[in-house]
Amino acid sequence: MSSATLTETPQQAERAETIYEKSVPGRRAAQLPPSGVGETPIEELIPAGLLRETPAELPEVSEPEIIRHYNRLSRRNFDLDTGFYPLGSCTMKYNPRLNERVAALPGNARLHPAAEPEDAQGALELMYLLQESLGEICGLPHVSLQPSAGSQGELAGLLLTRAYHADRGRNPRKVLTPDTAHGTNPASVTMAGYEVVKVATNEDGGVDIDDLRSKVDEDVACLMLTNPNTLGVFDSNIVEIAGLVHDAGGLLYYDGANLNAIMGQARPGDMGFDIVHVNLHKSFSQPHGGGGPGAGPIAVSDRVEPFIPRPQVVRVADGEGGWKYDLDEDRPKSIGRMRGFQGNFGVFVRSYAYILSLGGDGLSEASRLAVLNANYLKQRLSEGRAGKYLPVGFDRHCMHEFVLSGAPMKKQLGIRTLDLAKRLLDFGFHPPTVYFPLLVDEALMVEPVETESKEVLDSFADAIEKILEEAERDPAIATEAPYTTPVRRLDEVAASRNPVIRQPKPE
Amino acid sequence: MAGYTPATGPDREAMLDAIGVDSIDQLFEQVPEEVRLNRPLALEDGLSESEVYSRMAELASKNRNPEGDPGFLGAGMYDHYVPAIVDAITSRSEFLTPYTPYQPEVSQGGLQVMFEFQTAMSEITGLPVSNAGLYEGPSAAASAAYLAMAVTGRNGLVASRGIHPHSRETLATHAVGFGAELSEVGLEDGLTDAAALEAAIGEDTAAVFLQNPNFLGSVEDIARLGEFASARGALVVVAVDPMTLGVLRPPGECGADIAFGEGQPLGNRLDFGGPSFGFFCAREEYLRKMPGRIAGQTEDVDGRRGFVLALQTREQHIRREKATSNICTSQALNALAGVIHLSWLGKAGFVEIGEMLARRTAFARRRIAAIDGFELLHDAPVVREFAVRSTSVPVEALRSGADATGSRLQVYPLGRDYPEFEDGFLVALTEQRDVKDIEWLCAALERSAAAGASEPATSSGAAGTQTPPADTAAPKLRLAS
Amino acid sequence: MSEPSYPEDLRYHPEHDWARIDGGEATLGITWYAQDALGEVVFYDGPEVGAEVSKDQPYAEVESVKAVSDVIAPLSGEVIAVNESLADAPEAVNADPYETGWMVKIRLSEPSEVDSLLDSASYAASLE
Repeated sequence: MSSATLTETPQQAERAETIYEKSVPGRRAAQLPPSGVGETPIEELIPAGLLRETPAELPEVSEPEIIRHYNRLSRRNFDLDTGFYPLGSCTMKYNPRLNERVAALPGNARLHPAAEPEDAQGALELMYLLQESLGEICGLPHVSLQPSAGSQGELAGLLLTRAYHADRGRNPRKVLTPDTAHGTNPASVTMAGYEVVKVATNEDGGVDIDDLRSKVDEDVACLMLTNPNTLGVFDSNIVEIAGLVHDAGGLLYYDGANLNAIMGQARPGDMGFDIVHVNLHKSFSQPHGGGGPGAGPIAVSDRVEPFIPRPQVVRVADGEGGWKYDLDEDRPKSIGRMRGFQGNFGVFVRSYAYILSLGGDGLSEASRLAVLNANYLKQRLSEGRAGKYLPVGFDRHCMHEFVLSGAPMKKQLGIRTLDLAKRLLDFGFHPPTVYFPLLVDEALMVEPVETESKEVLDSFADAIEKILEEAERDPAIATEAPYTTPVRRLDEVAASRNPVIRQPKPE
Repeated sequence: MAGYTPATGPDREAMLDAIGVDSIDQLFEQVPEEVRLNRPLALEDGLSESEVYSRMAELASKNRNPEGDPGFLGAGMYDHYVPAIVDAITSRSEFLTPYTPYQPEVSQGGLQVMFEFQTAMSEITGLPVSNAGLYEGPSAAASAAYLAMAVTGRNGLVASRGIHPHSRETLATHAVGFGAELSEVGLEDGLTDAAALEAAIGEDTAAVFLQNPNFLGSVEDIARLGEFASARGALVVVAVDPMTLGVLRPPGECGADIAFGEGQPLGNRLDFGGPSFGFFCAREEYLRKMPGRIAGQTEDVDGRRGFVLALQTREQHIRREKATSNICTSQALNALAGVIHLSWLGKAGFVEIGEMLARRTAFARRRIAAIDGFELLHDAPVVREFAVRSTSVPVEALRSGADATGSRLQVYPLGRDYPEFEDGFLVALTEQRDVKDIEWLCAALERSAAAGASEPATSSGAAGTQTPPADTAAPKLRLAS
Repeated sequence: MSEPSYPEDLRYHPEHDWARIDGGEATLGITWYAQDALGEVVFYDGPEVGAEVSKDQPYAEVESVKAVSDVIAPLSGEVIAVNESLADAPEAVNADPYETGWMVKIRLSEPSEVDSLLDSASYAASLE
């Protein structure tokens, strides 16, 4: 790199300081109202042995210092409103601001979760409408909104599987997952008390039917599948796969991480799936928040319905020709609760607003454009240097995402997928998902989503071309990248060898 | 339909041309005909922004106006004042819209927030390690059970009936998958029955679950109860309300191995129950068994201080079926709200708010106990919530407005979760419920009791009355399968 | 140690573990190839003295930043010594996998199992 580019940016020159390091004894932000009931010593209310003796070392800072601190921190984040974020399997689509506005309406935001159902009719109606909408999109008639995230939806689905089999006097022990599955799948399987059995992938990127056939028996509780899968491939054999599993008495579980490819085109229920989880923070535009919140509702078939978590939002006749909404706790076969109260209602508000904004026609169009964008970007990246150094894993039309292999790049240019990713940061792009799926060597998983324009996709392809061209001249440009980010490559080894995970206590 | 997609007709033509197909339909050729929908989704067509706003505002207006009569509902989620700076900061797109910080060079803001959050939670709980957050409170109990079973190699879980009914039911749900045996220990005078707890702990007990303050609002002697568990090699797991930790002895100083809880009181609005965050703190030796994300401090190649996701080998994306948990969200935005609120309260304010709650609670409790027709459910010390017994009016009638005065009081009826306290209810205080509000509640209770005494009330008109789930109704719960 | 090395005085298991046989006892660890594939070791989690290990079964775990790997026992026996220094300095596994990076010492319960292990040349050839 030229010395000019190695000049430290003002942001890099500023040492990271925590809010605790800005603390000055005697400063404060909060002014609390007086108790209004006198200042009885606390020891007269609660026995001294149950009281805290030393105050927690929280910062002593004024309000403007707090605002400035966190604003400064915010500028050390890359975000979706700033630039392209083609993170595979994460569906980084635009987060409409309308949704934030309606979620913040006091009738939603200040509603207590233990309010009487008759005091929460709007909230329960919204949840009911969202249940109905997700059921239609998934092609499965019953929806529980309760799970907090996709991972909790998975665990709920596996516990449903267990309850379903137990109700039939069966106790199968195995869950099949393809070797392309997200790591969450096997982790959830273990937590549900099942044993993971991996199924191989065929040369088209789908489930290897022969391998599946050899592993399906009456000890199989279910098959967990993502379709399209993490390679961006729709498994054309899905009906046959479903038949094999169903014939052996097993259920089919659909990981909805990639639902954004098929809304209004095909439905998991119609493919034979019994249980689906939907990531509202992916296909239904809930902002990711830097790692949550999300929500992972599940949609299920009739035969699984008796077991879904309680309480369930139901609609009942109000006796005056209309409807009212209630929370049904009386579900004797239910697996029970997965969490407190009714789930992440604030997320439901945003996702329902999104569904209303797009409508059935718009959701369908969104999936079609997601697939168009992915295929266009795949095409652009099959040209020039990208085509030479970053071949696509499976050469056919993709769905909403595709996977490239950086293996030739590593061999011929001496730069790894990680280096390419880090160099992309200097070009103002968030890199794609890297090193996943494990099946593809030096994988780069790209999901461009429908809310990005052709110009953005072109500029991303141009940046990749530029980086590869640089690397032909000097691989160190990539291997030492990034240069312009708030910090440069970080020592992750030190962070794991000697973990420092909190601010040390003051001297 | 909303204008969230930029592709124009000519854009589409150009892109299809480049791909070498005639239509988008051709791109879906992998989807077999027999599973294609081939009809429009049976949903309305898309609406304009103003129409969607109206529709959503109308739904919100069907919920009881929160600015109307004061509510005293608590039971794990509380109507605290959320400082304006929380909204200002959490609505910044740089915090609102990124994914989990997989590229640390461009995620320093979020990672540092996690580090600051971990520090704050460690400080208030008095335990040395904290993760970056979990989904919410009750499911964090299940995470604690999973950890306890892994480190002890045992499968028994003993839960006080003082822990939140949702936590107990969530534990029961998860215990089926974990292969755990869950048993419950009852309450005596508002506190965990110490003798029954001691008797319930056996050689197979992995963990004992306590809550402080417990669901009835009582401040438990965690140090004493925990000793029974520690003596038998079981982990002491304590659910705590973070807003009380300015005054109550923190779990880390009471012998707790794990503390967890619902983070909503810290900077998060009620939102009808979520999203909020859960927190999870533990002793140092359990660091590598913790669930969820953990941020750690390090340096970049030029020696600058920076932060990364640390100890990732615990997690599902690496350890897969052997992971310490399947959880891959830390509720980062909600945890950010929590750490802003704690910074705003600061070292002094955090103590002051706890003291204010304790004083107002003591005042309200004294006032209500003096009303003819109501008495205290227990005499144990309380800090922000307390349990009352109605000797005059059915509790469901107070709630539903089916009593003689039609007040429809917002208090939490205990009978739904505790058949043994059918006549009990909880009253919760926050800094938003002042003396005037307390007096308003007392006046309403006085009217109800007076009317109830002269004219027997009935709860038959109560809406949404439900029988408690069968398995939580039993005073002792054992899970067979 | 930056270059591949497979000392001739050791015996090898195909899962990339070595054993140094000393009468009825053996010292165990992972090979140069294994530590190179794993990357910088950040954590070692091993058994305690007195534990039983069984041939072909995992007895310990080693972690790098982005990977975790079981350590497979090349032979069966009872653990009689453990390398305490790996707790604070797991990097020894990378720096010197055959000396300071050793993991456990066992008393062999099935000495005949030694015959099934590979010699240096055969193991190195299996990596080609």
